[in-house]
Amino acid sequence: MADNSYKLHFDIDGEDFSVAGEASSNIKKVLSKLGVAPDVVRKVAVATYEGEINMVIHADGGTIDVEVTPECIKILLKDRGPGIASVDQAMQEGYSTASDEVRNLGFGAGMGLPNMRKYTDYMNVDSVVGVGTTIEMHVNINK
Amino acid sequence: MKLKDIINVIDAKVLCGEHLLETEVLSAYACDLMSDVLAFVENQCMLLTGLVNPQVVRTAEMMDMKAIVFVRGKEPDDEVLQLAKDAGIAVMATDLPMYISCGKLYGEGLKW
Repeated sequence: MADNSYKLHFDIDGEDFSVAGEASSNIKKVLSKLGVAPDVVRKVAVATYEGEINMVIHADGGTIDVEVTPECIKILLKDRGPGIASVDQAMQEGYSTASDEVRNLGFGAGMGLPNMRKYTDYMNVDSVVGVGTTIEMHVNINK
Repeated sequence: MKLKDIINVIDAKVLCGEHLLETEVLSAYACDLMSDVLAFVENQCMLLTGLVNPQVVRTAEMMDMKAIVFVRGKEPDDEVLQLAKDAGIAVMATDLPMYISCGKLYGEGLKW
């Protein structure tokens, strides 16, 4: 279905926490304009936003690619950050390695990855310590 | 409950989105932890928080929230207000603490 797909790419700046979320906001606007159902748009927005925040908090930035197909929205998050030592642990609600500074900004409560899983229909985390993390997520359009 | 009624209940001032005061909100979520807000989904919901940074607006935007109330006399800077204007979110501020704000709104019928 490659001919029917629509693709978006964003480079995420890891330097400035205040602009984190800009890419997710743009993704949300584009999906809405494409006529994607509001509940699907919100799921994608939250999943990409949590990923974007994680990239800024932990990985000094990265990239977000979104592909809209007739069946689903595919999201690919890539960073060259420190990697996740234990993905199983990181997927547990409440587990976090974020700094107090990040917590004071309202994040780092260990809900990022669990929220991403909660709002997506498919999620795969591929992480290598010292190399980086790649997360693929799908949100079905017709469910 | 409409936003114009909410500002009376908690003695709030409107910082942006005056044109949205006829908007109806069906529930409210009070929290300083944005990750928890993102774990929660309700339609036509309003956020009450004492946290003041751009991510509060981004979080509300992702969750399709219609309004934000900053409690405890906190006021956002121009950058935060501009983000809210761009996202079509009304922003209000009250000197009341979180607990009192929630209590008053709940008492007036804005339930979970």
